[in-house]
Amino acid sequence: MAKVKGAIVVDTEACKGCEVCIPVCPEDVIGMTSTVNRKGYHYAYMNNPEACTGCTNCAIVCPDRAISVYRVKVSA
Amino acid sequence: MNVLDIIKPENQVFCKSKLMTDTTLSYCPGCGHGTAHNLAMEVIDEMGISEDTIGVAPVGCSVLAYDFMNIDITQAAHGRAPAVATAIARTWPEKYVFTYQGDGDLAAIGTAETIHACNRGENIVIIFVNNGIYGMTGGQMAPTTLEGMRSSTSPYGREIESMGSPLKMTELVANLPGVHYVTRQAVHTHKHARKAKKAIKKAFENTRLKKGLSFVEIVSNCNSGWKMTPLESNIWMEENMFPYFPLGDIKVNGILK
Amino acid sequence: MSELKLMKGNEALAEAAIRAGVDAYFGYPITPQSEVIEYLMTERPEERTGMVVLQAESEVAAINMVYGAASTGKKVMTSSSSPGISLKLEGISYLAGAELPSVIVNVVRGGPGLGTIQPSQADYFQSVKGGGHGDYKLYVLAPSSVQEMADFVEDAFDIAFKYRAPVLILSDGLIGQMMEKVNLKEQQVRLTDEEVIKLNGDWATTGKTKNRERNIITSLDLQSEKMEARVRRLMKKYEQMEQEDMRYEEFQTEDAEYLFVAYGSSARIAQKAVQLARAKGIKAGLLRPITLFPYPKKVLFDLADQVKGILSVELNAGQMVEDVRLSVEHKVPVEHFGRTGGIIHTPEEVLEALEQKFIK
Repeated sequence: MAKVKGAIVVDTEACKGCEVCIPVCPEDVIGMTSTVNRKGYHYAYMNNPEACTGCTNCAIVCPDRAISVYRVKVSA
Repeated sequence: MNVLDIIKPENQVFCKSKLMTDTTLSYCPGCGHGTAHNLAMEVIDEMGISEDTIGVAPVGCSVLAYDFMNIDITQAAHGRAPAVATAIARTWPEKYVFTYQGDGDLAAIGTAETIHACNRGENIVIIFVNNGIYGMTGGQMAPTTLEGMRSSTSPYGREIESMGSPLKMTELVANLPGVHYVTRQAVHTHKHARKAKKAIKKAFENTRLKKGLSFVEIVSNCNSGWKMTPLESNIWMEENMFPYFPLGDIKVNGILK
Repeated sequence: MSELKLMKGNEALAEAAIRAGVDAYFGYPITPQSEVIEYLMTERPEERTGMVVLQAESEVAAINMVYGAASTGKKVMTSSSSPGISLKLEGISYLAGAELPSVIVNVVRGGPGLGTIQPSQADYFQSVKGGGHGDYKLYVLAPSSVQEMADFVEDAFDIAFKYRAPVLILSDGLIGQMMEKVNLKEQQVRLTDEEVIKLNGDWATTGKTKNRERNIITSLDLQSEKMEARVRRLMKKYEQMEQEDMRYEEFQTEDAEYLFVAYGSSARIAQKAVQLARAKGIKAGLLRPITLFPYPKKVLFDLADQVKGILSVELNAGQMVEDVRLSVEHKVPVEHFGRTGGIIHTPEEVLEALEQKFIK
């Protein structure tokens, strides 16, 4: 059982669809939406939310700080 | 466990630094400037020194840094940030003064200001974002443009014979006694970004301890100038920029590595 | 208690800066004004008042150091000479655009180019017609004695902070190098950091404290409407300068039939020429602009009703003469006389020119 569960919240209007967050995610959680935001950018979302551990890798490399990260301990 | 339960405020482990404003960054998608800005502000916030920090913005893509950094900032003429910072640091010796400059600003027009501020060992931090091109003006050749690298003013690739070799400004200043800490970092992956943040923090700690000048180069990408996607530019950077501009500490505690 | 001394103009200026509580001086060697930084380095004012003195790597760096310290509300100045001032003009335009109080001293030498090291007034246009790029003007004070070289430092800073603008002291090699008596004012206390923040903390970049928004010093406005508003704000300052802070001096103009217009060292020479003329029965008078901007246009316009001819006497090939003509609006003929290239005309030559152009 995963000891930790994570999740990210993407500021969909701040995201510019650069995808720099995708390769740094150890669990391949992030994907790009097919829809676009007001500026016409595809934006990041949790394509595989179950796998997120809240490790903040994606958030640290996001140039626009569009990603907030949450993490919670999960009892065994 | 449902996502909504996870994303409760008390579970938040990372968010944008409060020293970054809400203004949308003017940088292109995936540009390292944004990350570098954030790392610098996170360091200043965590050190609790924002009330005594004065930034000096350059001319170039990051000229508008003062729209994004929620600290006092003076915008300097092209290349002159180290001189502007020198005067601020000299008249306010207790303040944390840093310049944030690009390669054109620091290594072309501002070469003399860079070298002499370093040579005087001013108690400031220089953050030097090197993306090997003039971004703001539309992709011209910079002092750090690599051999063979195309730009709007080296359309057939940089030729060493007519345009000289890319300038290793960081190694140059490392030889100056006044410079206490010199390092070259990157921000395009989580590993690099975390190391870069530590380096920036070390730089500001040096200011606190009045150790002299700290010079932090950040090798970064310029997807629009290099005409690549952000991810391609980061890969290209690793394969081309890093061999010529190797990452790592170059001078620590005043001693060349 | 003020102190009477015999000093070179350049040194009197430097001493006056220390006594005026200046926070920092950034300079670079160039004849004929290197004495300013030499004097300051010898005096070690950091021990007297805590004043910072630094020799920069170039005039360009020096003016940008002024820009840096000025952006934090400190009292800061620099000095140079003609070619050095040309190098500083971009910085000066930035100081004007970013509305930064500061003082720049130009001890003019012959030009253009490397020119010569002897005195000249050939930087008039550079000083009053902008010099750098964009819609701005400099408040220009023109000393004509060692005493004024000293007094104008404090006067310049008063104007600089009143208007949050760069101010130019336009001297020349003659006044910089010659020695005269000078009454030096008492030492003023240099402001503490807290006092600077209290005085200028609403705009200066001294570190964003909780009680205020961040301060930004910039001259950049990418939106034209904002840039135009900024320029209008600058123009309003210049109008106010014209109304409130224009300075000039008249010498025997009450019954003058001919008028010399001259500033700085040339005014000293023209004043002697007035005496020589009067000795020959020629009623001459002198108008000495002390501020070159704002220029005494109205005064000249009125004097033109009374005189038959005006001679602009300048150590250059003819620059201020254009402003004299503009002020006089064709009411009376205006001519120019001036040696240049570093040669200083004599009172006799000035009188000769007056007679030749207007009387013979």
